[in-house]
Amino acid sequence: MGLEESLPNGILLANVEKLVNWTRKTSMWPATFGLACCAIEMMTVGGSRYDIARFGMERFSATPRQADLMIVAGRVTNKMAPVLRQIYDQMPEPRWVLAMGVCASSGGMFNNYAVVQGVDHVVPVDMYLPGCPPRPEMLLDAILKLHAKVMDEPINGKRAAEQVERGHRTELTASSEKYAPRRGSQRRMAERQQNAQRREMGAEGELGAAGIESLPPGGSRANGNTNGQDRDEISAGR
Amino acid sequence: MGMTDPLKGFGVTLSKMFKTVLTEEYPEVKKIPAPRFHGKHQLNRHPDGLEKCVGCELCAWACPADAIFVEGGTNTDDERYSPGERYGFDYQINYLRCIGCGLCIEACPTRALTMTNEYETADDNRQNLIYTKEDLLAPLLPGMEQPPHDMRLGDDEQDYYVNGPELARGQGVPAGATVETGDEEAVR
Repeated sequence: MGLEESLPNGILLANVEKLVNWTRKTSMWPATFGLACCAIEMMTVGGSRYDIARFGMERFSATPRQADLMIVAGRVTNKMAPVLRQIYDQMPEPRWVLAMGVCASSGGMFNNYAVVQGVDHVVPVDMYLPGCPPRPEMLLDAILKLHAKVMDEPINGKRAAEQVERGHRTELTASSEKYAPRRGSQRRMAERQQNAQRREMGAEGELGAAGIESLPPGGSRANGNTNGQDRDEISAGR
Repeated sequence: MGMTDPLKGFGVTLSKMFKTVLTEEYPEVKKIPAPRFHGKHQLNRHPDGLEKCVGCELCAWACPADAIFVEGGTNTDDERYSPGERYGFDYQINYLRCIGCGLCIEACPTRALTMTNEYETADDNRQNLIYTKEDLLAPLLPGMEQPPHDMRLGDDEQDYYVNGPELARGQGVPAGATVETGDEEAVR
């Protein structure tokens, strides 16, 4: 009846879906589940240097009842598994789980009788983050990829069926590519900051984004190799 | 507790507005990790594009988390992937087990395996995080050719290993460009 019939199928619903998903992803409150060393990196992300508040997630709650995202940081022992499940059950829907670090994702190097071989044995996991421990940027990257997934979530059963029919899968691009600055001035500012970071690491013009080693397979090497001259001399003398 | 104390508080806030921001603007500005950062692995190539991996499985033996799986294959004259007798037929690294300790890099006798600075690896299923040979092999640089092919450089094996990079430079690789991947760390 009315306008909806004259519109193409699903137009209004899609917009509500987007709005709802947007509100969900822009204020996703994490429940901490710090179990081991990964929790240190997770706390760092909450601090001023990485500042997770930029993504509306500053409220790391100790209560699961006001949380949307459980970050399982560290190895889960068999004894801890029921507790993890209970905390998950206490979270209101919609809820998401991020397995941070290799131990939470698959048991990591602790392949023994005491450790659960991946929290997906206990709770459904939405995002796996490898690393031992992952650096704070990797956690931010995982969270941003999860945001992309949340934005694609269907609002009801019909939309979910449509997505399954289309075989829809959220494209997970690296966050630094997805949010790369577009404008020239912003790009120059980013490059200045990256150069400062290289100086801080004592690797001026040698590695990082400009080095060949960081290129993806098949990637272009447009700005590679700023230190080529030195390398040339040394490899000639070998 | 004077009347001016609230103003002093605002003064601190105001003065911070003119100082350098401490927060890292990660997704917009990609963080450059330390030069020897243990990131994603890379399987390197010789200057003519042949793989350096000889399928010896020493990396798999060194791995404390059993994250690496290697299966060697035998090179023939018709189908050659690496100089020498053997090559890595199948190579998989399970990033959900890998703890980035770098013992595999130390174990590698041909410097075929090195680590890159790439760290954005999060994914939403376990299958995608088992990287296979296609994901790990270094990109083909100018002057390189997709294996299988013969050893293109030098007269014999000794010549290939010792003078390979120089010979590659003579065959059209621009001066100043890297001739073999995985060389940078050795230089440092």
